[in-house]
Amino acid sequence: MKAAHKKALFDPLFNDNPIAAQVLGICSALAVTTKLETSVVMSLAVIAVMALSNLSISVIRNFIPPSIRIIVQLTIIASLVIVTDQVLQAFVFDISKQLSVFVGLIITNCIVMGRAEAYAMQNPPVDSFLDGIGNGLGYSLVLLVVGFFRELLGAGKLFGYSVMPLVTEGGWYQPNGLMVLAPGAFFLIGIFIWLLRNFKPELRET
Amino acid sequence: MKQHSNTYIIGFAAGVCLVCSIIVATSAVALKERQDLNKVLDRQKKVLIVADLLEEGQPITADEAQQLFDDNIRIRAIDIESGDFDDTVDTVTYDQRKATKDPALSRVAPENRAGITRLPLRALVYERVAGDEIELLILPIEGKGLWSTLYGFLALAPDTTTIEGLTFYEHGETPGLGGEIDNPRWKALWKGRSAYDAEGKPAITVIKGAAGPPEDDPYRIDGLSGSTLTGRGVSNLVQFWLSDDGFAPFLEKFRAERSAG
Repeated sequence: MKAAHKKALFDPLFNDNPIAAQVLGICSALAVTTKLETSVVMSLAVIAVMALSNLSISVIRNFIPPSIRIIVQLTIIASLVIVTDQVLQAFVFDISKQLSVFVGLIITNCIVMGRAEAYAMQNPPVDSFLDGIGNGLGYSLVLLVVGFFRELLGAGKLFGYSVMPLVTEGGWYQPNGLMVLAPGAFFLIGIFIWLLRNFKPELRET
Repeated sequence: MKQHSNTYIIGFAAGVCLVCSIIVATSAVALKERQDLNKVLDRQKKVLIVADLLEEGQPITADEAQQLFDDNIRIRAIDIESGDFDDTVDTVTYDQRKATKDPALSRVAPENRAGITRLPLRALVYERVAGDEIELLILPIEGKGLWSTLYGFLALAPDTTTIEGLTFYEHGETPGLGGEIDNPRWKALWKGRSAYDAEGKPAITVIKGAAGPPEDDPYRIDGLSGSTLTGRGVSNLVQFWLSDDGFAPFLEKFRAERSAG
């Protein structure tokens, strides 16, 4: 693998994580992370949309008239999101019901358009495709970490299986109600950003 | 970047739209059949769960669910206002929630405390049958909780008074508080209590605090701590659907037919 490809793929995981370093895509990270299962499916959906949108935009980047480039990007992203939503409804119906509007809202996920505009418009298709996957993975990493702690602390479960039996079901664990609400995700993302910047001082804004 | 002519820009935009619309349309059409199957399966599963034929979260294939459903459940459409069966409705494709929004298939709801603004003219009721014997009546119910509309099913014994179960399959109440209406231990409290009092009025109510066992305290259900308003919503909506505006006419005819037959 070429160094540039590697960089496009792995940089967004830690060095340039879209949520932690660029602080993009926070809104959906709050909404879908109450459970690990929905976090995983959302992650996969975002990775797919980002990789394909970056790829297709990069392929036609030299033909897109600059004056309408944003709306062209949006059209392509919106189409890919609709297709993703249709696929989820057809194959993982239960989860797609839980994700409800948030799959549709991938369209407004700032990361997707941010990468299309900032990267895919200037770089060749293969690099752009990898950049899409990389940024999708970076987003997923945060989603999974947040989802893991929210489900574990908020419901005593992981992937729906009881890990810490709840008081209400005859166990010992008193669930932390904060974790199932959106502010719980804020705290977790905050801690994540703090830890990341602690280990990577170059990310700190001066 | 070079300047493009207007013709090029319009042509390019049209081209992008054409390609995108073909992709979207293809995926929607190609996956439609599967999605429709999922919707039917989803509805069947909910009914099977409230009919006590399936455990919540138990994995089941589409064929098994279909089989279980066909063997044990009979769907009938009724006219809510008169309470008569209406066999002109195709029960496989009839979508009660869509009908509720369709002016031709619904009417403005009478004033109620359940937050219901429109009522469908026809409702689908489900009967769990063993041979020709009806064991359970399953009625669709809905109404406002604290944040959201709750959609669920109420299962009644053939005496139309004893509650056999209650389940909500869709709601947006606060997880951990009002969302505890999904808790199997709370749902189990409904079993064996009475929907109507001795005078035939809807009586079942979610109270604050704890209620006694069903035989001593048949009309009251334990409240859920931290969710007084969701509990109130549940009381209101269950009482609405048990009232004369809801399924009371149907249940009355059902009782009359049983004692006659």
